[in-house]
Amino acid sequence: MTKLLMIHPDKCTGCRNCSLACVFGHEGQFRPAGTRVHVYTWEREGFSVPMMCQQCEDASCMKVCPTGALHRAKGGEVVAYERDKCIGCRMCTMACPFGNAVYDAASGSVLKCDTCGGSPECVRFCPNGALEFVEDNISTRTRKKSFAGKFKAALKEV
Amino acid sequence: MFGWSGTILRVNLTTGAIRKEATNPADTAKFIGARGLGTKIMVDEVDPKVDPLSPENKLIFAPGPFSGTFAPSGGRYDVVTKGPLTGTIAASNSGGSFGPELKYAGYDLLILEGKAAKPVYLWIKDDLVEIRDASHIWGNLVPETTELLRAETDEEAKVACIGPAGEKGVLFAAIMNDMHRAAGRSGVGAVMGSKNLKAVVVVGMGAVKVADPKGFMAAVEKARAAVKLHPVGGAGLKAYGTDVLVNILNETGALPTRNFQDAHFPTANKVGGESLSEKLLVRPKGCYSCVISCGRVTKVSNPKYMGEGEGPEYEAAWCMGPDCGIDDLEAIVKTNFLCNEYGLDSITLGATIACGMDLFEAGHVTLKDTGGVDMSFGNADSLVELTRLIGNREGIGDKLALGSYRFAEGYGHPEFSMTVKKQEMPAYDPRGVQGIGLEYATSNRGGCHVRGYTIAVEVLGNGAKLDPHVTAEKPFWVKLFQDLTAAIDSTGACLFGTFGMSGEDFASMLTTLTGVSYTLDDYLKAGERIWNLERMFNLKADFTSADDNLPERLLKCPIKTGPSKGEVSHLADMLPEYYQLRGWDEHGVPTPEKIKELALD
Repeated sequence: MTKLLMIHPDKCTGCRNCSLACVFGHEGQFRPAGTRVHVYTWEREGFSVPMMCQQCEDASCMKVCPTGALHRAKGGEVVAYERDKCIGCRMCTMACPFGNAVYDAASGSVLKCDTCGGSPECVRFCPNGALEFVEDNISTRTRKKSFAGKFKAALKEV
Repeated sequence: MFGWSGTILRVNLTTGAIRKEATNPADTAKFIGARGLGTKIMVDEVDPKVDPLSPENKLIFAPGPFSGTFAPSGGRYDVVTKGPLTGTIAASNSGGSFGPELKYAGYDLLILEGKAAKPVYLWIKDDLVEIRDASHIWGNLVPETTELLRAETDEEAKVACIGPAGEKGVLFAAIMNDMHRAAGRSGVGAVMGSKNLKAVVVVGMGAVKVADPKGFMAAVEKARAAVKLHPVGGAGLKAYGTDVLVNILNETGALPTRNFQDAHFPTANKVGGESLSEKLLVRPKGCYSCVISCGRVTKVSNPKYMGEGEGPEYEAAWCMGPDCGIDDLEAIVKTNFLCNEYGLDSITLGATIACGMDLFEAGHVTLKDTGGVDMSFGNADSLVELTRLIGNREGIGDKLALGSYRFAEGYGHPEFSMTVKKQEMPAYDPRGVQGIGLEYATSNRGGCHVRGYTIAVEVLGNGAKLDPHVTAEKPFWVKLFQDLTAAIDSTGACLFGTFGMSGEDFASMLTTLTGVSYTLDDYLKAGERIWNLERMFNLKADFTSADDNLPERLLKCPIKTGPSKGEVSHLADMLPEYYQLRGWDEHGVPTPEKIKELALD
């Protein structure tokens, strides 16, 4: 059963606990430049959106990778990255339409979400329920149900 | 070093000299960071008698060891300087992401000295530090300043800046970061303006290192769980913001009304957090690493007060609302937006206007003085107009820009100013809540609630529940809260974390993060040390026990209506015991034994 990371920007408060949990889980230190979850905030509107690798089925990063450093294991959930095979050409960072593959000069490697091996720290540390790790066949259930709730409220008033 | 970055950045704006120094581990062990470490530098390097707006004063941006980590709500920093409103040591605390970014750039402190010859801003990108021309940005409001500076540096840069209020020397100007977050009190923005420094812009690519990652993770998980389970920390503040306190304080009979003429406001509910959430809240917002999200993203669509931004906090809603006899929430939110845009301390702004309204009602200030602005209590349009006048220092705003004490004194009636050490008291009436009066009177930066928030035990029942109307035990709690708060501020953590977290939680996170062992006693002792260091600075600045006082109105004029009707503050019953508990003599001076005990000799 495949699971994926869902974001709910409407619930995001811009606190960046996700970014910090991500990099701390990977490096044991707080280096936001090394995170795989990036949050962008529009300060005038007070709106924030967390961004991370979508683990695309037909992943551009994987397609352009000349060495197979980016690959999907048979039946695997994530687009995996092997540091040893990477030659640092950065083709993946150019190919990803979301900008979710990032080259980190400090570690000399590509940073992309690996779902922490199936138990993402960003989800665990989000205090607002803005990130979910859910089965892909029910991935939009929370959002759909939340919107259905608005219908319910509206129809009650009629 | 772990937790700390290990480097202090020192910039002299007169000479342009930029120096990097090693952080002294002996100092960080004793004074932790942020407020404590900044105060240590002030005591070592600045004459307490210095004119706060002269080049000889220093301005210190100080994150703490927690800043940049995911310690719950631990992303704060302090601005430490000598405050122009009070003449005391000033440490103004702010959230957002500026403090953590300074740490990622590699700095525990940024010390600014001297005065630039023309408007400048400081650009920091890790090791690169440049003093750059800001002539083209001078005069801009905070949001525009932030965007202009990002456009010419880095679009994700973190900006701390002043607005027109700081440039023009409004004595209660704030330093704003992340557009809406304020190092608000004591006039730190005026100090920045006096140095011709418009902004500090930072990008950091480095890391905050952790001494014991497993231990830190465990301590953080425990602390987060405690906040999540707490009704205020885990739910109330996110749902309603701090403004939820309006109705609570009104029901306690301690909501100062019409410049402390009374302490009960019949239409308080119209300006409370419940109304704010129902009518004007867009969504809650959190500072860096926040687990609470008390921030309010708000929007007013009414063309008269149209705008979008953040806030208000409880204290802002109070001083612009009940303290001015106003219950128009849209006007209050608009006024709060203006405070953020001009860079003003919302508490002193509202309370100064309230004082002006009181003087106007008494006939000491006339329409001729105000240039035609009707300063009657309850006039919401005048509140908005006066805020603009103060931000620009125009008309009557030029005089109001000096704060209520100097304003009222100028009209021959300083007794109308509801201040301690010339700083306006916030939203908790010392006649209805006795302990907070002692706290205001002894606060090291003048009238202020966040040096020792006894409201937690006197009103909210957080940890203990005391009768707000009695004086017994209050000196003990004031001292305990002042010491704990000094330690929490110095750690770089948010005081609201105490809605859930215990002193042990802070101490164990600090220990595992830094590798320096702090028991709860060590942690409280560091707080007490910092408190005494601030006190010693103020004493050298010629403050005496006579300044540990409250306005006569609170000592002699009973509350007229509501649940605390008939009450006055009994400060004199508490102060001697407080001095004794502190180990100070009867003049409020730390004894040689106490100084030795705290290793401040």
